[in-house]
Amino acid sequence: MNQGNVHQEFGFVRRYIISTDHKVIAKQYLVLALGWAVLGAATAYLIRWQIAHPDTEAFGWGYIEPQVYNALVTMHGTIMVFFVAMPLLLSVFGNFLIPLMIGARDMAFPKLNALSFWIFFLASAVLLASFFIPLGPAAAGWTGYPPLSAKNEYTGGGYGTDLWLVSLALEFASFLLGGINFLTTAMNLRAPGLTWFRLPVIVWMQLTAAVIFMLSVGPLVAGAILLLMDRNLGTTFYLADGGGDPLLWQHLFWFFGHPEVYVLLLPGVGIMLEVITVFARKPVFAYRPIIYTTIIAGFLSFIVWAHHQYISGMDPRLAMPFSITTIIISVPFALIIFSIIATLWGSSITLTSPMLFALGTLGVFIFGGLTGIFNGSAPVDIYIHDTYFVVAHFHYTLFSSVFFGGFAGIYFWFPKMFGRMMNETLGKVHFWLTFIFFNGVFIPMHLVGLRGMMRRISNPMQYEFLKAIEPLNMFITLMAILLILSQLVFVVNYFWSLLRGKVAEDNPWQANTLEWTTSSPPPHENFVTAPAVYRWPYDYSLPDSTADWLPQNRSEATAKLVTP
Amino acid sequence: MHDWFPENVSTFGGDVDGIFWFIFYIVTIWFFITEGLILYFIFRYRHKPGRRAVYATGNTWSQLAWVLVPLAIVVVLDLMIDIRGADVWAKVKGQRPPADLVVRGIGKQFNWQFVYPGPDGKFDSEDDLTTDNELHVPVGKVIHVMLTSQDVIHSFFLPHFRLKQDAVPGRQIPVWFEATKIGEYEIPCAELCGFGHSGMNGRVYVHSGENYQKWLSEKWPKS
Amino acid sequence: MTTQTAAISEMESPVGKNGTWWFLASEIPIFGGLIAAYIVMRLGSAGWSEASSHLNFTVALLNTFLLLTSSMTIVMAHAAVQRAALKRAAHFLGLTILLGLGFLGMKAFEYSTEIGHGFLPSSGIFWSFYYGMTGLHALHVLAGIIVNVVLWSQTVTGSLAQQPHRVELAGLYWHLVDIIWIFLFPLLYLA
Repeated sequence: MNQGNVHQEFGFVRRYIISTDHKVIAKQYLVLALGWAVLGAATAYLIRWQIAHPDTEAFGWGYIEPQVYNALVTMHGTIMVFFVAMPLLLSVFGNFLIPLMIGARDMAFPKLNALSFWIFFLASAVLLASFFIPLGPAAAGWTGYPPLSAKNEYTGGGYGTDLWLVSLALEFASFLLGGINFLTTAMNLRAPGLTWFRLPVIVWMQLTAAVIFMLSVGPLVAGAILLLMDRNLGTTFYLADGGGDPLLWQHLFWFFGHPEVYVLLLPGVGIMLEVITVFARKPVFAYRPIIYTTIIAGFLSFIVWAHHQYISGMDPRLAMPFSITTIIISVPFALIIFSIIATLWGSSITLTSPMLFALGTLGVFIFGGLTGIFNGSAPVDIYIHDTYFVVAHFHYTLFSSVFFGGFAGIYFWFPKMFGRMMNETLGKVHFWLTFIFFNGVFIPMHLVGLRGMMRRISNPMQYEFLKAIEPLNMFITLMAILLILSQLVFVVNYFWSLLRGKVAEDNPWQANTLEWTTSSPPPHENFVTAPAVYRWPYDYSLPDSTADWLPQNRSEATAKLVTP
Repeated sequence: MHDWFPENVSTFGGDVDGIFWFIFYIVTIWFFITEGLILYFIFRYRHKPGRRAVYATGNTWSQLAWVLVPLAIVVVLDLMIDIRGADVWAKVKGQRPPADLVVRGIGKQFNWQFVYPGPDGKFDSEDDLTTDNELHVPVGKVIHVMLTSQDVIHSFFLPHFRLKQDAVPGRQIPVWFEATKIGEYEIPCAELCGFGHSGMNGRVYVHSGENYQKWLSEKWPKS
Repeated sequence: MTTQTAAISEMESPVGKNGTWWFLASEIPIFGGLIAAYIVMRLGSAGWSEASSHLNFTVALLNTFLLLTSSMTIVMAHAAVQRAALKRAAHFLGLTILLGLGFLGMKAFEYSTEIGHGFLPSSGIFWSFYYGMTGLHALHVLAGIIVNVVLWSQTVTGSLAQQPHRVELAGLYWHLVDIIWIFLFPLLYLA
């Protein structure tokens, strides 16, 4: 078992702190992402308190000044997108699963992998530091539009925005290096017999997300450099009185920003499919079409960005071309959704907690995808742009992937990662509370937006036309507090299971993918003997076999030895 | 349900709302079909001992048709949404009808300023009038507002008119509207513009023709 | 199909090459974004050719020549490595480094002259782009020089024999830096 397993000779630091083992690195990202999620939830609590009870003292905090409110809103978006969603979906699941699912010992560049994590750690430290400096963190929204973000006299802040930009740049560098690792690993280190179309869907999703990220982030890096120059060197890229153009930032930002939402969505879809096939005991329906349309969606994602800018002052004639590309991009995702529903047809479903979360991902994402149609229509956007309708929309799409998908993944792969089972009852309670309170927060939020409530205002009661939504906002805040408190069930389950959970066997779910053919947790180099692959991952319920599952590493000869 | 929106007092507000409701009915039907199927399948195909799942991979055209046919319907509906939407977009943001009144709208931290050209009809002349947060217009007339900003990006939002346009420093961006009802309506700012963003609020006063003349003669007594 | 348990040939490194290509692919949109922004803003405003006329075309032409030559010398270094002629490889790597340093030196001379005449990044949009783009490019040249210095010292001590493919990978990066300059030169100096 320990033959060739160098890991045992390392001390604590080399094994758990500066480790090059992809599994340890994945867990490091998990700890950091969940830590940031707590901070992100705290910002959400304060924002919701202020909206529902403007200019009162928030319980546990105190009075929230307008400038602080702007910083809260900015940090909430920045933290959730860049320091929770990205690391959780890509770094945790991508790092942990890709080498295991392809039958490799580790990533192609293990040291680069460790470096990626520590750069991300540094990015986190920089952003966290910005909370404690005089004049506080960035406060121009997570979208950081200049001129507001370009000059301190406009925000009333200090170098918080500079730290924000540096932190993002470091984070982008970390994910670029990570993407290089994912792609090279999958291209070069697949086990014998593991052709491209025998890869689990989640691997395809991670790779597509990595390519999208790597090709889209460049212009924002450029834009961030220009903003740093405007802020510190007196240039005027984004300032009209110097010959610059505020809209330049918007184009550079959203050229990245839109593909980024698919970077965040695809891993969640991947997790959903892996979990659903296992607990429905059925193959993925339309596996190849799903992969092809995902790649097509990846291309399309680069030509829709200005639907974020219909109202920005860009030439109105651009609105229609971008409306068309935007409506077209709904087609690949409709295909994926219909295929997942078809996967459920004729299945044999067991509602374990990972399965509940995976189905929750599906249900919540459909809702979010449908409200996207409103936002993509330029004339409707005249009214709903920069209102809470947009906020409700993207919380449905993002929350579905990040939290419902993320939890599905954690519950599903926890046994493999930590060698213990999570508590099923607590898992189910966590799901139902999260599902109910999530919808309690965000369904009414659509109504708030349709009434016309603008984003990023700290006191809707300053507007007569918004007086009618005061009860709704109070209800939303109550639901949000309950949603946050419900996560304690997960925290308790997580730590209790780590310490006292039932010891997990190799393959508690009777799943087909390669990570389940090794121990829970796997040894340092993943497999005692390198696996060979004979089939795709979805031979569940094959008509002419006794067992309703068949792992990828089973040849015809050994297939019959699988126990039902 | 239709009353939930702020009261519409603009000639094109109904068109904007029309696209919203068109999308709403399409999307609601899809919502019930998809979510309904999911719930039904979860119940119908729950695990029962002795029953096995169907090994259906969608690799034949007859199986794939179950996905491709709904997809084709989605494509058709999508195109209809965009075609209808294009007309409304062109109406609001494209060719503006000729103006009965042109006003400059300037966003600044943290209020709106409006500049009237006065009886000589020329801007930057002696009889110009600048108001803070007050936009006075006659009912039933076409109003053009040339938007800009003095500092950061603001957004000129008239919820009751279904009109919104970012006001950008260094640009002059025209918008138009025609009010159908007399009254007072708010002009919030709809783009984060600093610590005073919340509460930045102007007011449009839609007057009857007569009252508008009265307001004019108050402001420009000689004419 | 290669088995992952078989030793990967040290002269060819599909993994390293793959990784390098993805890295280059991610660098291109960074400069692409800057260049696109420059072009769009340039088309929309007058007066840039006046500003650009203050640049030193001759120096930039010389710099272009230096970089192009250095791309050639690094290819020759790689060819030498493939023939296991490490001493020759060291010479060509050394030349590449010197040419790169020459480029940076000329750039520093340009900057100091321009700053001396009062042209700062804040002197106008053209200058903002000029300093931004050439500055970012120069940082990438510097990074490439550092990599080349490390490889040169490995060639001299002989330890490069364990990882000979690295010269090819460094060459790929160096070519990208060269190509980016080939875009920047006409956009800034000629247009």
